[in-house]
Amino acid sequence: MAIFPPAQRIWWKEPIERSEILWITIALVWSLILFFMMPYWHLVGEQNLSNEAYRIKPDVFAERTEAMADKYTVREEGDTGTPVVHPPAGGDIYMLARLWEWWPVLELEKDQTYRLHLSSVDWVHGFSLLPENINIQVHPEYEMVITVTPNRAGEYSVVCNEFCGIGHHTMVGKIYVVDK
Amino acid sequence: MSNNADFRICPDTGFKIHLPADKLIKWNAVTAVVFLLVGGIFGLGVALTRWPAVHLLPADWFYLALTAHGFDVLLVWMIFFEMAILYFAGAVLLGSRLAAPKVAWVGYWMMLGGALITNIAVLRGDSSVMFTSYVPMQAAPDFYLGIIIFAVGALLGCFVFFGTLVIAKQEKTYEGSVPLVTFGAITAAIIAVFTIATGAIILIPTLLWSVGYVGHIDSVMYKVVWWAMGHSSQQINVAAHIAVWYALAAILFGAKPLSEKVSRMAFLLYILFLQLASAHHLLVEPGLSSEFKIFNTSYAIYLAVLASMIHGLTVPGSVEAAQRKKGFTNGLFEWLRKAPWGNPSFSGFALSLVMFGFLGGISGVMMGTEQLNIITHNTMYVPGHFHGTVVVGSTLAFMALAYWLVPVLWQRELVFPGLAKWQPYLFGIGMGLASVFMMGAGTLGVPRRHWDMSFADATMPYDFPGAAHLMMGLNGIAALIGGIGGTIFILNMVGTILWGKPKSKAAAEPEKPAAPAQPTVVSGYGSAGTMAVPGTFTLAMVFLVAFVLYYFVNWKYLAGVWGLS
Amino acid sequence: MSDEAQGDGANPVDEPIPFMQQVLDNPFLLLFIGITVPTVFYLIWGVMEIVSIPIAD
Repeated sequence: MAIFPPAQRIWWKEPIERSEILWITIALVWSLILFFMMPYWHLVGEQNLSNEAYRIKPDVFAERTEAMADKYTVREEGDTGTPVVHPPAGGDIYMLARLWEWWPVLELEKDQTYRLHLSSVDWVHGFSLLPENINIQVHPEYEMVITVTPNRAGEYSVVCNEFCGIGHHTMVGKIYVVDK
Repeated sequence: MSNNADFRICPDTGFKIHLPADKLIKWNAVTAVVFLLVGGIFGLGVALTRWPAVHLLPADWFYLALTAHGFDVLLVWMIFFEMAILYFAGAVLLGSRLAAPKVAWVGYWMMLGGALITNIAVLRGDSSVMFTSYVPMQAAPDFYLGIIIFAVGALLGCFVFFGTLVIAKQEKTYEGSVPLVTFGAITAAIIAVFTIATGAIILIPTLLWSVGYVGHIDSVMYKVVWWAMGHSSQQINVAAHIAVWYALAAILFGAKPLSEKVSRMAFLLYILFLQLASAHHLLVEPGLSSEFKIFNTSYAIYLAVLASMIHGLTVPGSVEAAQRKKGFTNGLFEWLRKAPWGNPSFSGFALSLVMFGFLGGISGVMMGTEQLNIITHNTMYVPGHFHGTVVVGSTLAFMALAYWLVPVLWQRELVFPGLAKWQPYLFGIGMGLASVFMMGAGTLGVPRRHWDMSFADATMPYDFPGAAHLMMGLNGIAALIGGIGGTIFILNMVGTILWGKPKSKAAAEPEKPAAPAQPTVVSGYGSAGTMAVPGTFTLAMVFLVAFVLYYFVNWKYLAGVWGLS
Repeated sequence: MSDEAQGDGANPVDEPIPFMQQVLDNPFLLLFIGITVPTVFYLIWGVMEIVSIPIAD
């Protein structure tokens, strides 16, 4: 029994029952499939996070985000005071996380590709694009660059899903995707 | 040195129990249950707040309760109970004296003191930083200090366990190799040492930072090192509850492992690779390469998943073999149908085994896949997964063990045996459903650790679909059912210890789990006497099919979202 | 008991313990590798990757 020492002095040489060996073989094959799905998806899949990241000072990231907003703001989001920015397709776009907002609102074109820069100027935040359910962690002093290709037009929300203090549940931003 | 006066012979099991070990096991187990109660109450507050129609707590109290809930159940309840398991698997199963009981007591009081310090810091309201306490968000210094003291206390407990192994071997209290259950406990203890060491590496600088001696803590670095503790601490639970499964199979059925070699090699794979899964938390983090993510998140080619799948066959397989030896040989499942479903030790064990695999296991592998993590990270899917591992897996297994261990150690009868019969079903099914509903909500993108999914105070609110609100409501109901189950468990344990009728030696209760007095029942198969286990194999194949289907369905979800590269 | 009979026949008392069984019977060796593997593959590798993240131009 498992609560007593093994009955045999040498248990290593015990033969193994057939169904046990069969199950181990099946489980090993499945483990290999699970493993190779990840590199395989890097080759054929269209959803892989890039490993492109940089150290960046929060004020530098904020400056770059503001520079983009100054150049390409098209309107204001309702009466929130947050600009809606429509940057040129194919270029660099920035979204900045801070207590407790995602800034600015972006307007992107469907089926165009953008280099999205994400960073925080204070605490750790969670970029959660809904209803797509794309979730990326956003750190202060690190800038992550992800190439995104929106595949459906519509109105998307960016919810913060990393706890960031008492106003965490109010931290919601927006991304519009328009046909062009 | 000890003499025989320091030992008692357990009348139920025949085990020779070192009295200082006896006392330590009892105190650690009782303290664990108290913290389960405290953490459970906070958890109920969390679930009822996230039920949109109830929305019980105000925001500050919600985040406070969530921090306390995570700390008290994920760390305090688990580690205290695991200390009891280590002393049991070391001193009692090996029939040895416990090494340095005084050190074990220092460890106990440090753990208790540390747990209280951190709880007070959280309850004060200035340390609602969640269990993970990601920097640069800062808690009060005593929040970190309490965890460090707790961890050092637990480390002392691990040393006492390893010391006991040495003593037992030197004093030849057993022959040959240690029992498989003790081997599982060794696995848990090894993971615990790594866990605690990494916890110290990250929390000591964080403590110094919180009092101003250190200027800056890098937030990604913090996460990498913190999760070496945070995730590994849950791997201690996995190793410990699998040891408990083997123990319960032996205690309830006189079951012998199908193969010592296979089960021990599976534990060895845990020792080698299980802790790499800390990388599960870093899959959508900036700056870590895909090579690092793939190698670590897969526990080096899923070898720890392979180990879990092996245990998933060998534990029920050993029960099936034992039952077949007893004559339950009809069809595939007579052995299972004729199992003691009214005995909470068995029903808790069986539910823990099945739900850990189907809910916690499958979801963990799915979510821990590099790319699939993108569609689950930090959503309600994550707590859904770990309520499927830590709650219906580990906690339920520990409850099942407690139904046997507490009456045996205290030599008292259970106070509410009728309620105990239902308890594993209430708790297991309630929390199992909670796990499912949380995962459902996560699939719809509902964030975890979030006070208000209706975004009433947000300037640009997002409208979740009705189904998401429904899921969170159902989660609240399921958590209530589970909470009733948890309450019955605690009442039973506390009641038994305080007011339980002393066991009379003459009274042979038929309800009582079969006492493993002598390893005579069914210890003889392994080679020539090897038993086929067709029923278990069939169940394992059902599990595999569910696993494969669910895994690929999620790839299909992923394939539909925005292109990312 | 069948396996004891088997055991006596298959494992004479002087037969050396197989290597892997010796490894599994040595908790301190297991402790060492159980700490080394995650320290090297997870902690050290992870920390090195973070340290080598370039600075934004």
